[in-house]
Amino acid sequence: MKKMKKFQLNKNKKNNFLTYGMIIVVYIIMQTLLSTGNVSSLLGGLLVPLCMYAIAAVSLNLVVGFSGELSLGQAGFMCVGAYSSALFSNLVGDAMPAGIRFFCAIIIGALVAGIFGILIGIPVLRLKGDYLAIVTLAFGEIIKNLINVVTLGKDKAGLHLSFTSSAGLNMDDSGEVIIDGALGITGTPRDANFTIGVILLLITVAVVLNLVHSRSGRAITAIRDNRIAAESIGLNITKYKLMAFAISTTLAGMAGVLYAHNLSSLTVKIFNYNTSILILVFVVLGGIGNIRGSIIAAVVLTALPELLRELSTYRMLIYAILLIAMMLFNWAPAAINFRERVAAKIKAKKKNQKEAA
Amino acid sequence: MKRAKRIFSLLVVFVLLMTGVVACGNKNGASEKGKEDTFKIGSIGPVTGAAAVYGAAVKNGAQLAVDEINADGGINGKQIEYKFEDDVNDAEKAVNAYNTLKDWGMQMLMGTVTSTPCIAVQSEALNDNMFLLTPSGTAIKCIEGANAFRLCFSDPAQGTKSAEYIGEHQIGKKIAIIYDSSDAYSKGIYENFTKEAKNQGLEVVSAEAFTEDNNKDFKVQLQKAKDADADVLFLPIYYTEASLILKQADDMEFAPAIFGCDGLDGLLTLEGFDKSLAEGVMLLTPFAANAEDEATQNFVTAFKDANDGQVPIQFAADAYDAIYAIKLAAENGEITPEMNASDICDKLADSMTKIELPGLTGDTKWEKDGEPNKEPKAVVVENGEYKMM
Repeated sequence: MKKMKKFQLNKNKKNNFLTYGMIIVVYIIMQTLLSTGNVSSLLGGLLVPLCMYAIAAVSLNLVVGFSGELSLGQAGFMCVGAYSSALFSNLVGDAMPAGIRFFCAIIIGALVAGIFGILIGIPVLRLKGDYLAIVTLAFGEIIKNLINVVTLGKDKAGLHLSFTSSAGLNMDDSGEVIIDGALGITGTPRDANFTIGVILLLITVAVVLNLVHSRSGRAITAIRDNRIAAESIGLNITKYKLMAFAISTTLAGMAGVLYAHNLSSLTVKIFNYNTSILILVFVVLGGIGNIRGSIIAAVVLTALPELLRELSTYRMLIYAILLIAMMLFNWAPAAINFRERVAAKIKAKKKNQKEAA
Repeated sequence: MKRAKRIFSLLVVFVLLMTGVVACGNKNGASEKGKEDTFKIGSIGPVTGAAAVYGAAVKNGAQLAVDEINADGGINGKQIEYKFEDDVNDAEKAVNAYNTLKDWGMQMLMGTVTSTPCIAVQSEALNDNMFLLTPSGTAIKCIEGANAFRLCFSDPAQGTKSAEYIGEHQIGKKIAIIYDSSDAYSKGIYENFTKEAKNQGLEVVSAEAFTEDNNKDFKVQLQKAKDADADVLFLPIYYTEASLILKQADDMEFAPAIFGCDGLDGLLTLEGFDKSLAEGVMLLTPFAANAEDEATQNFVTAFKDANDGQVPIQFAADAYDAIYAIKLAAENGEITPEMNASDICDKLADSMTKIELPGLTGDTKWEKDGEPNKEPKAVVVENGEYKMM
């Protein structure tokens, strides 16, 4: 028994280190290529979005994979994080050095998204069933429509808020519109870069992995696997579910901050239902409950359509085929059988080699 | 099974890295190619997704102009290469498209087609000091930098000009507006229209919004306009929604004068739309395919020949003019293909303010801030065709 536990731990550790190692190795390779000027502008421009989608996918995996709930509003939480942090960065402007400003922006974006997550989680996670999916779906749409009508400006007298038009702000001459309804926020300082993206991704992975392998994490997976059994041994179901969900939304908010500080125009249009589903696709295709898989799926499925631009319209076709191929590889019984056979063969071969040696 | 997964993931990482390396190889190749004797003009717009009509029109219109110029000897005796990248009307994808074009060796950017992506690309282009001329990005912030110019009217200009036009031509006094509050273009025009309407002595009796999630049933908005006794219905929206509004207004027997902006362009080519409903609709657009001047006629014929008989919309004409504007400015600034993008940008930005383009969309001059200076034109639909007013 003791031996087995040790083995289990080692396996987990090995697995975790493989995940961290993968990120760090890719980062080092990309960074060397970047510093020697060997990366195309396209790939260079893709690096931050790749980190962002990977963070979003990992954070969603915590809810979908480990807590067993379905959330369809990840884009909504990213939106909240993106808007709150972009608003902060624009309000502060040059009053703070860029590094500190971005650090504060990340904290603010993550916290605001986390608070929204808790507010939504408190009533919904008490329920059994698919209610989280319904409510998060609604949340994403409500946030989108709400931000679409908000105009917010700043002048000497302070902040002005209007739900009709920028004319309704009644600002004096020094006034400057910051959130302009459907036009969103423009001119956010572009503080995000690849290094910060990778650091945030590492933080995300560390938070999720450590949570999952902690006492609370085991409680969360126990609730997923058998709610009644978990309840019978005295686990507080709502508390643990809320913990997973709030952490997930906080991390999603962080992804939103990256997005907002990577492009100079931020509109809510991008944070729609399709984006939520896209992130869910990353999670499902990467393997539910598999952190490394989520990162790889997010990277492949985001980068591939861009890197295949040469093929113009055929890239959409290839993207679709890739989705199907990944789905089959991960989930089809025949594919799983095949993989097991291949794995067994390799194992046998190694054993033979060892014996021969 | 675990091992297979591990191998697969390593393989994927490897493939990705390889694509990166290959992409680098391409880049080096491209920059060497850039030393060749051609100008490289890039363009970005949506050719898939909901706004695809506009991107496709720009792509085809610009291609036509490029072919004509090349057949005619090119710019300063050098040929032009033209490349178009898709952005699905999304800022993030537009920046990717911009980077792709940069890898290709782009020296000038004619784009992007739509506003939000344009704002994002503009700030990238400003960093690189890349010349940017947008044919149809109407938001003010599309051309904030000194490197950026615009061929069409901006949102505020369209709103203001529409109000002026209605006021001056006494089309009506009581205005009802239906606009899309989730769309920057529509909202921008609406806000500036209401500002100018006051100056023109027009009364806005109802202003009702809809959003992109709720753009099928307009009976409530129309009923309010009808109850308010509006005699003009101003529609600063796109043609797909406008077609529904026209149909529903007809069902309600509500028949005000209808006035719109360039977004309504495309109404007559919409499949399954009863053209008789559009009779009498006025729109502010710089281009009508059946205008009788020779330049327009030649353009329309050539465009139809090149695109299976498709009639060009305003966006095609904008793009066509934009390419010719670049040509004029390039000749004025005496740029050559072996200059780098930044030098070209400085020269073009300077000579843009000096040229005067006798374009399809009107005779155009540019201000220092990048805004075009031309007369607005309005067309009215008569017998299923546009007619200049």
